[in-house]
Amino acid sequence: MGKPMQVARHWRHFGEKYRLVGGKCENGHVFFPGREVCPICGSRNVEPFEFSGKGKVISWTLVRNPPSGFEYYKPYPLALVQLEEGPVVLAQLTDVEPDQIDFGMEVEMVTRKVREFDEDGIILYSYKFRPVLK
Amino acid sequence: MEKPVIIGAGMVPVGEHWRLSLRDIAVEALLNAMDDAGIDKVDSLYVGNMASGSFIEQENLGALIADWAGLGHIPAVKIESACASGGAAVQEGTKAVMSGLEDVVAVVGVEKMTDAWPSDATRYLAYAADADWELFHGASFVALNALLMRLYMKEHGYTEEDLAHFAVNAHANGSKNPYAMFKRPITVDTVLKSPYIADPLKLFDASPVCDGAAAVIITSKEKARELGVPKEKMVEVAGFGRAIDTINLANREDLLTLTAAKIAAERAYKMAGVTAKDIDFFEVHDAFTIMAALSLEAIGVAEKGKGALVAREGQIAIDGDYPIQTMGGLKSRGHPVGATGVYQTVEAVLQLRGEAPEGIQVPDAEVGLTQNIGGTGSNITINILRRV
Ligand SMILES: [Zn+2]
Repeated sequence: MGKPMQVARHWRHFGEKYRLVGGKCENGHVFFPGREVCPICGSRNVEPFEFSGKGKVISWTLVRNPPSGFEYYKPYPLALVQLEEGPVVLAQLTDVEPDQIDFGMEVEMVTRKVREFDEDGIILYSYKFRPVLK
Repeated sequence: MEKPVIIGAGMVPVGEHWRLSLRDIAVEALLNAMDDAGIDKVDSLYVGNMASGSFIEQENLGALIADWAGLGHIPAVKIESACASGGAAVQEGTKAVMSGLEDVVAVVGVEKMTDAWPSDATRYLAYAADADWELFHGASFVALNALLMRLYMKEHGYTEEDLAHFAVNAHANGSKNPYAMFKRPITVDTVLKSPYIADPLKLFDASPVCDGAAAVIITSKEKARELGVPKEKMVEVAGFGRAIDTINLANREDLLTLTAAKIAAERAYKMAGVTAKDIDFFEVHDAFTIMAALSLEAIGVAEKGKGALVAREGQIAIDGDYPIQTMGGLKSRGHPVGATGVYQTVEAVLQLRGEAPEGIQVPDAEVGLTQNIGGTGSNITINILRRV
């Protein structure tokens, strides 16, 4: 099954999902995703901030019973990645075998397909993280 | 301000109710509670429910249930805060009585989950996570809890076996509860041998998809006396608290602290004038074994990082220092999401009246705590109930 996702709903997040653009407040706090109000100090003086895309795995799982719409991709690794600038993001890992994943594994952001919708044909892309290529 | 009392409690067994609809089980639980209180009308209705719109394409549950229960033109409303909807509905009903605006209030928690395909049910539950930043990436609630479980085990040196004790305890108690979904005791081995659903989280670390409804009747002490309710049947809502945390787990300042539970518990303890040490039993929200461990730490039963230790050492059994999940908890009684908080309340009422089933009655229970978690710890209610 899986419900269709409206084009506009995805389109408004292109900055975050394609380039990992979050926010930075006047007091230097950085956060992801971007928002109107700094979640750390409450400042409303917030500008877009592009993260480097480098980070480390702090926890991970292998999703074997996914929500509908993701069945085709199972099992897939999902992780909490701490970006080098500080904030943590949730994302899928890619280009890695599950047994290679470990605490502290260095990863970098890449753009990958997340999901295809058969109802209206939208293909969603976003950030995923892969082990840093040496 | 005088604290309200619960004068009636009712429920239906948790399970897969193929022949019954959401309205059927909600009305049955509600009428059971009204019969228990000895009343045939109420001033208003609060319905705790999480996702009826997604599961059965039905919203407006206030009107639906009040109508089908024959309650007339009363005010009726649905309260939603994910899996904490039931606990929140009990609080809203309590507040209505405390305000003096409503005399006799009914609260029903209901969820009908088994009419949906399993992968759709997984999706609907994940609507309580952050749609744009969690579900978008394929995160289920199981997956989010698995991320916490792995981190918890690493930070504090626990194994999968350590957390399995929570499931074993829940099933041991649930096996004696006629309203529980799973009435079979299990061993640590059962948990460890069950398949992974999101590593390191296994099938037996998780609560089931199911249907259920539970209800309570709340009123003032004065009105209860006027209605002729005997004192042994009254259970005081001594204190309550509610708090939120970031909806997106990744945005959390400390991933392994349920800050919302901590704050909600502080508010509830203060209002009831008690500490964790005064509580005789705890119905904590063990949707996943990891949540039971984190909950015990947040509400002051265990120090940070020691939650799983309390379980391993057997202190959570009925005869231990901190009995939890006395009727099976979410794991064994079942977790009909929006109804769970009301089930916990009904079970606490039975414990405090001394009416719990044989083998799982906590001796001389005077104060009980229920903790109901919505999202991955993003919306938490704590209620403290006391014998009058
Ligand atoms: Zn700031």
